[in-house]
Amino acid sequence: MNVMRPGTEVELSELIRAASGPVAVRGGGTRGRMAPAAVLATGGLAGIRLYEPGALTMVAGAGTAVEEIEAALAVEGQRLAFEVPDLRRLLGRQGASTLGGVVAENASGPRRVSVGACRDFCLGLRFVDGTGRVIRNGGRVMKNVTGYDLVKLLAGSRGQLGIITEVALKVLPRPEGEATLCLPGLSDTQAIAALSAALGSPYEVTGAAHLPGQGSYLRIEGFADSVRYRLRRLQDLLAPFGVVEEVPSPWAAIRDVMALADLPGDLWRLHLVPSEAAEVVARIGARAVVYDWGGALAWLRVAPGTDVRSLAGAYRGHARCLIGDAPEAPEAPALAALTAGLRHQFDPKGIFA
Amino acid sequence: MDMPVPSPEILSRRGQILAALQAVLPSDAVISDQVELRAYECDALSAYRCAPLAAILPRSTAEVAAALRVCHAAGVPVVPRGAGTSLAGGALPTADSVILGVARMNAVLEVSYPDRFIRVQSGRTNLSVSGAVEEAGFFYAPDPSSQLACAIAGNVAMNSGGAHCLKYGVTTNNLLGVTMVQMDGTVVEVGGPWMDAPGLDLLGVICGSEGQLGVVTEATLRILPKPEGALPVLIGFEASEVAGACVSDIIKAGVLPVAIEFMDGPCIKACEAFAKAGYPDCEALLIVEVEGAEAEIRHQLALITEIARRHNPCALREAADADQAKRIWLGRKSAFGAMGQINDYMCLDGTIPVSSLPLVLRRIGELSRHYGLDVANVFHAGDGNMHPLILYNANQPGQQALCEAFGADILRLCVEVGGCLTGEHGVGIEKRDLMEVQYAAADLEAQMQVKDVFDPGWLLNPAKVFPLHVTAGRREGGASMAGHRAG
Repeated sequence: MNVMRPGTEVELSELIRAASGPVAVRGGGTRGRMAPAAVLATGGLAGIRLYEPGALTMVAGAGTAVEEIEAALAVEGQRLAFEVPDLRRLLGRQGASTLGGVVAENASGPRRVSVGACRDFCLGLRFVDGTGRVIRNGGRVMKNVTGYDLVKLLAGSRGQLGIITEVALKVLPRPEGEATLCLPGLSDTQAIAALSAALGSPYEVTGAAHLPGQGSYLRIEGFADSVRYRLRRLQDLLAPFGVVEEVPSPWAAIRDVMALADLPGDLWRLHLVPSEAAEVVARIGARAVVYDWGGALAWLRVAPGTDVRSLAGAYRGHARCLIGDAPEAPEAPALAALTAGLRHQFDPKGIFA
Repeated sequence: MDMPVPSPEILSRRGQILAALQAVLPSDAVISDQVELRAYECDALSAYRCAPLAAILPRSTAEVAAALRVCHAAGVPVVPRGAGTSLAGGALPTADSVILGVARMNAVLEVSYPDRFIRVQSGRTNLSVSGAVEEAGFFYAPDPSSQLACAIAGNVAMNSGGAHCLKYGVTTNNLLGVTMVQMDGTVVEVGGPWMDAPGLDLLGVICGSEGQLGVVTEATLRILPKPEGALPVLIGFEASEVAGACVSDIIKAGVLPVAIEFMDGPCIKACEAFAKAGYPDCEALLIVEVEGAEAEIRHQLALITEIARRHNPCALREAADADQAKRIWLGRKSAFGAMGQINDYMCLDGTIPVSSLPLVLRRIGELSRHYGLDVANVFHAGDGNMHPLILYNANQPGQQALCEAFGADILRLCVEVGGCLTGEHGVGIEKRDLMEVQYAAADLEAQMQVKDVFDPGWLLNPAKVFPLHVTAGRREGGASMAGHRAG
């Protein structure tokens, strides 16, 4: 397969201007779906270009490895608050995750439930669209309503509108302390009720997950004394649900959905409202499940070929197949028309696979 | 600021257009009386006024869709209006346009505490969204200063912020879904009470599009549990630069206050004379607010005062209780009113990297001397969102133009140091002609291409956001298409 490796934005722009066939953008190849097309690798567009810890801002090339970004932030006691998931083992991939890939997939981990998604931490970006134009949007300041927010439009667009070349990020301080509470033995319905109660409390929960058969987990972060205080208050609040014990941090494994790795079957990801989640998942009849975001996200392993969407019935949310043959769900006609219109504007040659 | 010349052709069809609107809306929903229309001739940027062709006040998404179909067929521009509190002229009409006000659509449609969302009609005021959930211990986080009056529709259109967005984010970070009517009457549901879009994040681009992509009639909003408590500390300094350095140190130390507000000498003096909040007589003042349980608040305030002491403050007051907290906020909250008492003023909204604060304050001082106009600074320092208030006399010929030129220079400065023209007020007509300072032609073209998809005829709020000379072809194209339809 032909692989294009532009070393600069200008080179990338020229490659795209000249391209006629389908092009698949690849950062580290660690999370997106792989289309059969000429690969355009962004590894040459790498490097941290600006980092101001006092302004909570970092600007980096799209091909920069997430590991490099996280290491630079750690030196200053900061981090990417949206918690980048490492899905390599789950999806059976190799390679090093890149900033561009994370943003193009709007990939967010357990902390998304409290601080927001990857897209909420993108202050600005540059991209090359399907005509080879270089377009800049947003900036590197925390508040910016100058013109349309194309940053959000590109974040999560999975390379359909353009190739992201640079991103300005909002970063946050790494808190002093962290603790995790576990409620063992709850049914899915009880567990999500407990997670909702905790997330509806003023004790600032930053992780709320349920692993059936293992336990239901709540994370508290902040200054050490405050963590101890909130932990005690949550134990009181959740006493009606049974045992509430402090456990070592399970969050890396939850973030990376390790409970579903190395299992056979199709892999699905459902975005739901928590109050419906347990029922929807029960209707599908999954082999294994991980609930995150207080029940607003469910990862499912199902028998190959399971028609998850029809089994789920009517529910509020959406589902995507990550391992298996099920296609993307069709959008409602009015939304589909807008999506098609935008794709035509930014990729009139239809080269982005 | 220029506005496009109203189309004589549309004005000549006023009677027909009114009749067509009356045919699809209840009789009290169409306002055509010239005296009543004066209520819609401006928003909070009141230096610019123009009565619209008509105003309509629908009560449902279906009525909005029916009215937009009429306007679309007749080729009439439509200017959506929430509560009319825009400081940027976002709801300023032209004589040939119809104002579509959502003020009568203010119902709460659904609340779920386990799922932490509320769905409301878009005419509901910002504060009354929090009001609807506060008994259960929840609130809606974005808090623009106009929150008592401003509508969610306008918040979504302008992606409004507020003093507390340092911690909680702005509207786009708290918006889950909208029901929106496109100019041709198509009703589209974008997002919902779940997190994140399955396809393109259309919600992200709709939020902040200043009513140019569609009329938002319903919104699903994230609600949050109220913190146990909150207290501010007031810190005075002898120089603005020192206050700026203190802000940067607080953030770097890993404390994330919910708000860091800044006022400079002229602003402190005016507020003190107006509100008598007991502010110290100094050159710069910070109000830093933290949240949480009692012990947590004390711990954070101790860290902040320790950092502040390294910068030799001339005043340092921790609020001991809610009464003292109220007093500390009193002056800040009355800042705009206080300035209005002593002068006409123009309020700017540029945002800068926090690290550039000292440089920008010094340059604003130099510009102030150059233009011979005083300026007072009050702003959200934690996120670099500045609100310089330029003082002028509107009755003195030439002063408004001078003030606008001064303002434009300040905004150019914001862009020069890596910031932007507007942090939370929006572009509207006010910053429209400066967009080329911040964006290259291709950047603006890409944004306009988004509007081309949502509103190909450029009939929705067409004279805003982009410089008129840049949009001329598109707006005239829309008008000729409309003429064709009407003909």
